[in-house]
Amino acid sequence: MNEFLLIFGMALVTFIIRYPVLAFLSKMNLPEKYLSGLKFVPPTVLTAIIIPQLLFDKDKLDISFQNPQLIAGVLAALIAWKSKNLLLTIVLGMGIYLGLRWILAI
Amino acid sequence: MSEKNTKQPLTRWVEFFNGAKAIFPLEVGAIPFGIIFGALAVTSGLSPAGTMSMSLFVFAGASQFIAAGLIASGTGIFLIIATTFIVNLRHVLYSATLAPYVKNLPQKWLIPLGFWLTDEAFVVTIQRYQEKDTSPHKHWFFFGAAIFMYINWAAFTFVGIKAGQSIKDPASWGLDFAMIVTFIGMLIPMIKSKSIILAVVSAAVSSVLFNNLPYQMGLFLAAIIGITAGVIGQSIWPSAQEDETNE
Repeated sequence: MNEFLLIFGMALVTFIIRYPVLAFLSKMNLPEKYLSGLKFVPPTVLTAIIIPQLLFDKDKLDISFQNPQLIAGVLAALIAWKSKNLLLTIVLGMGIYLGLRWILAI
Repeated sequence: MSEKNTKQPLTRWVEFFNGAKAIFPLEVGAIPFGIIFGALAVTSGLSPAGTMSMSLFVFAGASQFIAAGLIASGTGIFLIIATTFIVNLRHVLYSATLAPYVKNLPQKWLIPLGFWLTDEAFVVTIQRYQEKDTSPHKHWFFFGAAIFMYINWAAFTFVGIKAGQSIKDPASWGLDFAMIVTFIGMLIPMIKSKSIILAVVSAAVSSVLFNNLPYQMGLFLAAIIGITAGVIGQSIWPSAQEDETNE
């Protein structure tokens, strides 16, 4: 495999996604309606990344107590909500997840 | 409102260090991901130099991960690049969201900021831009957040490359879940109005329905549906009734 070509191509398409829209839209006057819709981008993208990772195990829906991602994810959400502390959420959430995996593997 | 703005505006370097501070927890969440990527890529057949270059020049975690998997399965270069494009398509939404805030920045800023626009840098930066104060140096916050995310990603890719030569099956340890926990921690505080709840629930349901679409197209579709639902929600519940204040 030609690694140079691969990485050059991946870098190029990624930059083409990130940069031109930033450059061109920043030169335009955008309608108020458009701007008010954009505040939904961060929460919806994050949700769309998170939810399938919690509910699916290799393309199979798994909503049960045997699913450590789901249990740890729900608990992490509760910790985030109560503590409002991101670092604490990450550390506790990961601890719970690894603990559950260990218990379920016994 | 004008009362608050009479304060001295923050200097460039204060913004820079605030950005670096804001992204710190997200870097912690990205550490296992970087290590696993480095380890996985070298065990997939990418050379150590190629693995390092990918983190330095592509700098898009999810797509790098998928690329490593595709290399291992013997997929051709063109298909890997096309997959990268689709997996990273969500970044269009980030650029579109940030664009109105970077109106007055010259190209020498827009090019690096575009290159460094990861999930993490986007989320902390957009929150800074949405704060009400009129600091003229908010792009320095972006710069501070982005450059430390970049250094962190490169450094832990390197650790992963070194570790990958001695550990077997790095993906089986479950450490990649750190990224999801990080995103949960970012998401929860954002949910503070009825229209955002509607947007998030719509995106969640759609992401399950479209999960079987290839190359994470479901992610992109679910986000678009969620945004649309949010805009509709906003017209049902006018913003005056919504609790949108950043307290």
